[in-house]
Amino acid sequence: MSGTFDLGWWGVALAIVAGAIRVSTPYLLVSLGETLTEKSGRVNLGLEGTLVMGAMTGFATSYLTGSPWLGMLAAGVAGAALGLLHAAICNLPRVNDVAVGIALFLFGIGLAFYLGKPFIEPRGPMLPGLPLGSWSDNPAIRSAFDISPMFFIGLALAIALQWGLKNTRWGLVLRMAGESADAARAIGLSVDRIRTLATIAGGFLSGLGGGFLSLYYPGNWNEGLSSGQGLMAIALVIFARWSPMRCFYASLLFGGASAIGPAVQTVGITEGYYLFYAAPYVLTLGLLIYSSSPSRTLAGAPSELSISR
Amino acid sequence: MREPLAAPTAASAPHSSSGVTYGWLLGARHLPTDGLESLLLSLAAIVVAALLFGGFLALQGHDPVAVYQTLYLGAFGTHFSLENTLTQAAPLLLTALCTLIPARVGLLVIGGEGAVVLGGLGAVIAGAALGGAPGPIGTVLTLAAGALAGGLWIASAGALKHLRGVNETISTLLLNYIAIALLNHLVSGPIRDFSQTLKAQSWSIPDAFMIGNIPGWSVHWGLVIGLVVCSLLHLLLRHTTLGFSMDILGGNRRAAQMAGLPIGRLILLACFLGGAAAGLAGAIEIVAVHGAASESLVVGLGYTGILVAFLARQNALAVILVALLLGGISASGGLLQRRFDIPHAATTVLQGLIFLCVLASSAFAGRMLPRRSAA
Amino acid sequence: MADVFSRRRLLTGTANIIGASTLLSGLPLRAFAQAPKPITVGFIYAATRNDYGWNQAHAVAAKRIAQLPGVKLIEQERVPETVQVERVMESMIQLDGAKVVFPTSFGFWPFIQKIAPKYPEVLFVHAGGLWKDTDPKNTIGYRGYMEEPHYLCGIAAGMMSKTGKVGFIGSKPLYFIFNNCNGFVMGARSVKPDATCQVVITGDWDNPVKEAETVNALVDQGVDVIVANVDSPKVAVETAERRGIMSCGYHTDLSALAPKGFLTGAEWNWAKAGDFVKAWQTGGSYPNLYRGGFRQDMVAISPFGKAVPQNVQDAVLKARQGFLDDTLKLYKGPLKDNKGNQVLAAGQEIANTDNPFKLSVKWLVEGAIGSTGLQ
Repeated sequence: MSGTFDLGWWGVALAIVAGAIRVSTPYLLVSLGETLTEKSGRVNLGLEGTLVMGAMTGFATSYLTGSPWLGMLAAGVAGAALGLLHAAICNLPRVNDVAVGIALFLFGIGLAFYLGKPFIEPRGPMLPGLPLGSWSDNPAIRSAFDISPMFFIGLALAIALQWGLKNTRWGLVLRMAGESADAARAIGLSVDRIRTLATIAGGFLSGLGGGFLSLYYPGNWNEGLSSGQGLMAIALVIFARWSPMRCFYASLLFGGASAIGPAVQTVGITEGYYLFYAAPYVLTLGLLIYSSSPSRTLAGAPSELSISR
Repeated sequence: MREPLAAPTAASAPHSSSGVTYGWLLGARHLPTDGLESLLLSLAAIVVAALLFGGFLALQGHDPVAVYQTLYLGAFGTHFSLENTLTQAAPLLLTALCTLIPARVGLLVIGGEGAVVLGGLGAVIAGAALGGAPGPIGTVLTLAAGALAGGLWIASAGALKHLRGVNETISTLLLNYIAIALLNHLVSGPIRDFSQTLKAQSWSIPDAFMIGNIPGWSVHWGLVIGLVVCSLLHLLLRHTTLGFSMDILGGNRRAAQMAGLPIGRLILLACFLGGAAAGLAGAIEIVAVHGAASESLVVGLGYTGILVAFLARQNALAVILVALLLGGISASGGLLQRRFDIPHAATTVLQGLIFLCVLASSAFAGRMLPRRSAA
Repeated sequence: MADVFSRRRLLTGTANIIGASTLLSGLPLRAFAQAPKPITVGFIYAATRNDYGWNQAHAVAAKRIAQLPGVKLIEQERVPETVQVERVMESMIQLDGAKVVFPTSFGFWPFIQKIAPKYPEVLFVHAGGLWKDTDPKNTIGYRGYMEEPHYLCGIAAGMMSKTGKVGFIGSKPLYFIFNNCNGFVMGARSVKPDATCQVVITGDWDNPVKEAETVNALVDQGVDVIVANVDSPKVAVETAERRGIMSCGYHTDLSALAPKGFLTGAEWNWAKAGDFVKAWQTGGSYPNLYRGGFRQDMVAISPFGKAVPQNVQDAVLKARQGFLDDTLKLYKGPLKDNKGNQVLAAGQEIANTDNPFKLSVKWLVEGAIGSTGLQ
């Protein structure tokens, strides 16, 4: 009876792959957004707050309007608004962007929980996935390959940004603002405006990442929804050395690492599960140690970035 | 003003906002007018935040005046409320130092949460190992072990920064998560007290090591420890050569190098002291409240400490006032919930607003009072 | 199903009668019953009360208790398991005049033990059967034996499962989780002797992403019925529904979340504490320790889902009757654990109210795939 369903160790592999795809999407979206922001020379640590705010807004909008896509849009807009707030305050002289990020983290989360209380119980419509696994008879495979379009949007974005940063004018402008603000000003660009736009875009993408969490996977809104994904994405950007395509691979890696724990327990390995769950963080720290050096800044780090000094 | 000494980097240009050096973090310093100005700015920022929050509440249909009256009642209005505020403020005095002390040497450390956890773990392991020791000695050693554990944890981030250039904000953030995973792992198995079926917690420290309340108040002695440590640190940072060396390093690294200061040692020391303070807070949670380590150590003490440090503009004495303010807001949150049905998150919104306003206010520094000639 | 509903109607009906008689007793012509004096009852939640889980089960009970005559309800959410809960309890007592306090989280007990002696005129009711003779007399520990409704869920799961594989998701490695798991497995195997149960411990009371991942991983392994013992099983049940498998609920009624796949669920009947409130109001007697399953009216099962055919419902209700009559014993020999050790010999029986035995359960029964992590 259990023939077709019992995949044993293949089941674990499948769970990790499927989990990697699912869990990585918010990391991907947030890290792409933060890459843009940091390339322009600002660091936005408030993305956790932006993510949660996006999740709440997306869920609430979907519930109230009946359209999950409208919810995703609203999530992005909410994220963009917080990004604008971050940029506006950081544009004032003598303001430290890291501190503003921490303040927005707090503010964003507080606001999201406050406004989101009435939405914890109800169930709104969820984002549909693309049934890419319909070729298989096995329900496990079918489910594993039921992938959200947001994953592909994220992938397309990563490719586009990777190409765009190197080959288009706006990519150059962005990078100049991040590498040498004086040079940018010298040719008449408004560095503040570039950074503002980059931070707004970053906020929009983070909001989308949050919307993914509440509208697709795990598809719920409550106060425990995010377990630090927004903060992790910031580490991820450094891990990926500010390259959009590397952000994509790193997101998959982190997603897989998060999925290992539960997957492995289903085949009976139960010891030390907390240590499994620490895997992504240890991995990032290890890579940071390996790739940093005191004599030069992290390769690829925008020179204007406050945390790369 | 607090501009860094002759920094040749682009970021010190007047309108740059990437904030590369942390000189601004040092806050009120040598000139009395600067100290006064800083204080006035912070107060103005808090008032603005309070007005904004009041507007937010009014939009929700609550009466802001009534809410603020209740907030005062719950924070300072009765003897009981005051005790409540002090209880909330006590650990913040110490965890704020975890961000404050490294900030003096120009590092932005957000690892207070992890240091608190390590402090708790260190305390229970030492406490259990010291089984038969006499009470007061056991208490002191247990606290010291917690402080040591926290200090080493953050110092490792400092070492990574100095030796490998690893950014300390990110590394301490990661260390927080690793510390929490370590705590969960240890209290679920290796150091677990299996006779406690109530929850997963570590073995308990001997009763003789526990500390009690200040006579006449329902607040434990951890408050006094926090006050003493803050005061001592303030003396250290402002009135000793060591503190002055740290200031120089924080102001401008190259100048410090030229002056021949031992940069690596200063960084390690600053991180160690900061981590030790937060670790002490964790150990006090064990010794004054719980008696054993469990997930109850992870309640955001470290993260709130970051907030306190920034609001106090990295001044150890101001930390005391700010901790009282934030403690008061937290303490009255419950009353707001019960009387007005305002969700618990409202206090977080208020704290976030205050933080944002205080940060924005630094844009006005140097413009409010007539300036004396350059420092 | 009708049976389950009618009990609730009975409770509300009784409350209405009491309410009506209270009105009558206010008339000048004195009635025989004395009107209960007004009393403020405070509920303290560790998280939010509309979480479709642990806290909601208490909030549901709170609403029902609020309908008792003379009862005024105040509630506070998001109180962590630290010394803060002491402050909250005292705040409710001192500032709001609460006379009965329900600190609803398991980990609040040590703090209740500290505060209760200070306030002999206040009754503290704790959801966790930990009361001992040395504890204050104005405290009550009450708890339901959830393993009994889990056994019933197991019967439903065993009869409905096509693959013979069920799944149990637990939050933390604690004794009541193990007992619930054993109940679930034994119930499934009582109707399908070859059934197996994959057991996964997530390690967190509340972590939606991990819970969703676990459900997905279980389904990939061929599991087609799950039950989740986490603080809010909402995510697990919804994920199960999306994957097209069946689910059982926990804490409170989750049938609305899974219209196709919901079988039944294990629910608390915390509203039984209304008896304690009434006793405190009128000066009547009350038990300090009240634990039980169906027979003591402390647990219930959720209404059956649409997918459940009549023969399954009958089997479940028959077993439930067995618990009510005490003819059905949960732990009876011959019983082996999942490592092959003999736990109970043939003919040995454990009484359903044998609490020390349940506290000592550190193993999983045969048929469960997984381990408790304890020796």
